[in-house]
Amino acid sequence: MEKFEPVIVAFCCHYCAYTAADMAGTMRLSYPTNVKIVRVPCSGKVDTIHMMKALEKGADGVMVAGCLDGDCHFKNGNTKAAKRVAFVQKLLEEIGIEPERLTMVTMSAGMGTRFAQIANEFTEEIRNLGPNPVGAALKAQPAADKVA
Amino acid sequence: MTTESVLEKVMKAGHVGVTGECGPPRGCMPDKVKEKAELLRGYVDAVNITDNQTAMVRMSSFAASMILRQVEMHPVLQMVCRDRNRLAMQADIIGAYSHGINTMLCLSGDHMQFGDHPMASGVFDLDSVQLIQMVRKMRDEGKFHGGADIKEAPKMFVGAAANPFADPFELRVARLAKKVKAGAEFIQTQCIFNIDKFEKWMEGVRERGLHKETFIMAGITPMKSVGAARYMRNKVPGMDVPAELVDRMAKTPKEKQAQEGIDICVETIKRVLDIEGVSGVHIMAIEWESAVPEIVERSGLYPRPEV
Amino acid sequence: MITAERKPLAEIIDSIDDCRRVLLVGCNECVTVCSAGGRKEVAMLASALQMDFMKRGKTLEIREMTLERQCDPEYVEQLAPFIGQVDAVLSMACGCGVQEVVRRFRDKRIYPAVNTKFMGATERPGVWAERCHGCGNCLLGLTGGICPIARCSKRLLNGPCGGSSGGKCEVSDEIDCVWQLIWDRMKELGIEDRYEEIIEAKDWSTERGGGPRKIVREDLAQ
Repeated sequence: MEKFEPVIVAFCCHYCAYTAADMAGTMRLSYPTNVKIVRVPCSGKVDTIHMMKALEKGADGVMVAGCLDGDCHFKNGNTKAAKRVAFVQKLLEEIGIEPERLTMVTMSAGMGTRFAQIANEFTEEIRNLGPNPVGAALKAQPAADKVA
Repeated sequence: MTTESVLEKVMKAGHVGVTGECGPPRGCMPDKVKEKAELLRGYVDAVNITDNQTAMVRMSSFAASMILRQVEMHPVLQMVCRDRNRLAMQADIIGAYSHGINTMLCLSGDHMQFGDHPMASGVFDLDSVQLIQMVRKMRDEGKFHGGADIKEAPKMFVGAAANPFADPFELRVARLAKKVKAGAEFIQTQCIFNIDKFEKWMEGVRERGLHKETFIMAGITPMKSVGAARYMRNKVPGMDVPAELVDRMAKTPKEKQAQEGIDICVETIKRVLDIEGVSGVHIMAIEWESAVPEIVERSGLYPRPEV
Repeated sequence: MITAERKPLAEIIDSIDDCRRVLLVGCNECVTVCSAGGRKEVAMLASALQMDFMKRGKTLEIREMTLERQCDPEYVEQLAPFIGQVDAVLSMACGCGVQEVVRRFRDKRIYPAVNTKFMGATERPGVWAERCHGCGNCLLGLTGGICPIARCSKRLLNGPCGGSSGGKCEVSDEIDCVWQLIWDRMKELGIEDRYEEIIEAKDWSTERGGGPRKIVREDLAQ
């Protein structure tokens, strides 16, 4: 049987998380290709609907990555993001989807190692959780319906 | 305007008025009412019968008051605004008077959230001030709230509660003034432990001459144990129990605490009766009616005057 | 605004569980302001329902629409082209809106997706508090502009009661004692002597108790 390869969507803020991810690259630190990075100006730009849609369209795990507490380039975008993540986690629980599929993480721009570590750990956590229960039905749908 | 109320007669004659309290049972147990009342016979001028106290359902004040009339004691019918609209209130007032109940206390009522039916809707058609006005209109004008004549008006001696210990303190005399203006003829206060604060309130009362327009009865409760003292200090809204009193109870050995509570009670009564403007005491010995005779005797209030 | 809160998902799912096509309609007025049933909330609910159905191996087609208001027939009419294509309508409007949709589309299953709560105002972002009870005869002029009917737990007109403590209501210390607020305001305005004026017993017949109410503007009524 094929090993389950989770699809992880990581919303990374330009100023810290994305830069850290970049740094991981230049440091030749490997992190799983499962993690698909989406660059956003600030983690606070990530709306609750983005988190939901990622999961609805089949992502097995979603990560929102922002600056360290107190260091957000836009003052408190990361705080807003954390609150939204908590809000969506509660919603996921209500429909019987594991809230651990969604997570909020923080780091500074220079923490390439931390980014790689988080990416590795989260991928493994999601691998253990198994495929997104929504995904199974998606695979059954005709290809034309699926959004990339 | 004089009613047949014994309590009114006692205080109008210049004696210190004494009332007790009795909580009706949580079931159809008329004998329980008679038992509790019997403990107070001869030691008080009238017995307050509470009305779904703390929003817990009990035999109605009206029914329990009737039982007291059956054994020839004098009840004070307590009526809260929480459970009845003005129709039911007026109906109960004329019904109660028809059973010889001639003294009543008008209260807002503890909120439903405190009791065993937090899901009930509170009525609050009137507030306590408006209820006082309504009863006075029934008695003095012989008219229902809606304006029609009452055939045989109820001659109720009307009282209200006052809490010198609730917030905001600066309003507590003004609120009393409102109740007196509405027609409250006697006032029973929340139980007094902080005598200094009560004295301060009485200063304000005397300044406005309110003690001359209404009979102020000081509320007194004996504490049965240090646990009771702590509960009242921490858990009951609008009650002021000074830390020194809790300490005093705590320092007393367990088996002597009840007696200490009675001693404190007697000391309090003697102190408040010394305050100018206090016309009586209202002894709320909740579930401890047996303590009342000793309290009344040691306070020098026994026997009760014949009027 | 009229405030509301989304119903628990289990309840919403239960009402449309046998459906395959649903019209999910939000409202751009009150429920948008209190973040309960506007465009964003419609999108979130649609996504949640979609995920729940898919996870159970069922399909659900959801059409998302947000009307300007659901309490006016002109806007409700905009649903007409789509109503034939669905098994049920889920409305995120307040109870007024839901019933207007029902009035227009009588043979359709229409379900509420929010619990309508109270008439209130925004205390601060994300927090809405009850302000008005619709008593039908406003007495704000007598109480310094603060309403004891909506904001006193016992709707006392001559409060406070003996349970007021530290400016808070005896029911919960998250509730301000409105009579403390009224008194403070009277002091601010220098009208403390108004406090002792007795406010007479209220005529509740102008409130809901007098029967469901209607307003008719003679000059406008068709």
